[in-house]
Amino acid sequence: MNAFLLKRFWHMCLTLFVMITLMFFMFRMLPGDPTATVISPALYPKAQEALRAQFGLDKSLWEQYFIYLKNLATLDFGISFHTRRPVADAIEGRLLNTVLLILPSMLAAYLAGAIMGAVVAWRRGSRFETILVLIATAFQATPVFWLGMLAILLFSIKLDLFPIGHLVTPGMFPQNTLKMYVSADFLHHLALPFIVNALYQFCFPFLLMRSSMLATIGEDYIELARMKGLTERRILFGHAMRNSMLPLATTLPMILGWAVAGSVVIETVFSWPGLGLLMVEAVGRSDYPMVQASFLLIAVLTIAGTFISDLIYGFLDPRIVYK
Amino acid sequence: MSHFIDFLRIVWRHPSGKISLLEFGLCIILAVFGPVLAPYGAFERVYDANDNLVRLVSPRWEHPLGTTLLGRDVLSQMLWGARPALVIGLLTAFGTVAIGLNVGLIAGYFGGKLDSLLMRITDIFLGLPFLPFIIVLLSLTGRNIWTIIFAMMIVMWRSTARIIRAQVLSLREMPFISAARTTGASDFDILYREVAPNVMPLALIGITFAVAWAIITEASIGFLGFGDPDVVSWGSIIYQAYASQMMYRAPWWVLPPGIAIMVLVTAVYFIGRAYEEVVNPRMRDIGS
Repeated sequence: MNAFLLKRFWHMCLTLFVMITLMFFMFRMLPGDPTATVISPALYPKAQEALRAQFGLDKSLWEQYFIYLKNLATLDFGISFHTRRPVADAIEGRLLNTVLLILPSMLAAYLAGAIMGAVVAWRRGSRFETILVLIATAFQATPVFWLGMLAILLFSIKLDLFPIGHLVTPGMFPQNTLKMYVSADFLHHLALPFIVNALYQFCFPFLLMRSSMLATIGEDYIELARMKGLTERRILFGHAMRNSMLPLATTLPMILGWAVAGSVVIETVFSWPGLGLLMVEAVGRSDYPMVQASFLLIAVLTIAGTFISDLIYGFLDPRIVYK
Repeated sequence: MSHFIDFLRIVWRHPSGKISLLEFGLCIILAVFGPVLAPYGAFERVYDANDNLVRLVSPRWEHPLGTTLLGRDVLSQMLWGARPALVIGLLTAFGTVAIGLNVGLIAGYFGGKLDSLLMRITDIFLGLPFLPFIIVLLSLTGRNIWTIIFAMMIVMWRSTARIIRAQVLSLREMPFISAARTTGASDFDILYREVAPNVMPLALIGITFAVAWAIITEASIGFLGFGDPDVVSWGSIIYQAYASQMMYRAPWWVLPPGIAIMVLVTAVYFIGRAYEEVVNPRMRDIGS
């Protein structure tokens, strides 16, 4: 088991390293000069040189690469082209905001998916099943930003029940304080993106649970439970559902990682100041140090998700041995 | 080709598959004839008799779906937008599965070091955050239909490769493969004449789910403002409505493209599942 863990961990580090390297060279190899926005070609050559030196761009590519790696190791992400302040400062609070939106809505989607998937498998072939599968698929097939826009249109503009976006009412709290995150105002702002993201993510766990349940229902011990005279409800929730949860448990961290990557869309619609919105804004402003840093942080979360999924799979199913 | 005909036949026999195929067929007709049927050009600005721009009018006889802030006819834009959605969806899906199929075949069949190497590469791609990577790539390469298709293909092949490889691993040990080997067939022949046809059903499932993903992703790229500025797609219509901040006053502008995407992608999902239920009951519902 330890060998399996070590091997997976080593693969994760390798993936991360390749990703970091890829990011570095992509920005320098692809057409288009990413520094053009900050170092205007219209400046005097002397001034251009000075700026280049300030950002370390006068050194050779390999030198830059090693400095970049060294800085990353100390969590120094460089200076933002846009704000001219350390990138790390901007990123800190954003990460928490993304987690606070994605984690609860994914957990809700998984919980609802597990329950509804189990119920639907139990009532295989019913009209209820047909309708729920159709609804779940339609939500998955709907662009999540459009769903968000409709939600805002209906619940914020027409019915005036929820705010249009943002973390809290602007100016009400000092930024990133505990008081802000536990306020009713924060929850009020969280509600709409939370529901929209949960609806969008519901389909995957729902269908996964359904097919897992369908396999379980055919097992002998379910038959045995029936013969023992247990109630249907008891068999469903106590026996069948518990044993069908394995695929859900193993996929959850991976899907969570993917949802963080998907945060670019949901955060943009709701002006939710998380990592995804930060990245989209930074790309729009050609603020490349900020793009690199936010991308890498999202990548770390995605990779960690896949890694944890593999681990859980390994622990829960002892047949998996890594050779 | 015969696989494709089988595919259509299987889906057609499935009740929800039949409806979905009809919906998809309708979209293809719109994609082919849309630009001919559209009363106005994709970017045409409509003026009334007094030379005033017809902007933000609600649905009426001359403009069944209303007009946009810049005086463009929404119905015409919808008709023009069907083609990019389908072309991007289908091309991306075929490219994605072509890469994934070959990587999976080669890794699974040859095994050993080559397999480890290819699977390591696949793992690295599985760690790539999907949309963020595409956005970064597009911001560096420029935005047009081809870079968008290319960017999506680069990331999406990863899951197909894994699924195909797993299937090839189990096929490799089957008697008909060793039979082929004893007749002196080359690796290339065995791989593409014996193994490949047996994983085609999986590849077809891969294609349908990839079509769904590609259409949604293209719309998301459009919404984030990284779409091809010279092409009207359903995603870019939503982006225009959003960026103009008029969508809340003009629901007729933002509803049709979203509904069109929803209907099309739902149909594609159901087509994929109808086929999957028949050819691979154990793989049911494991998409993306």
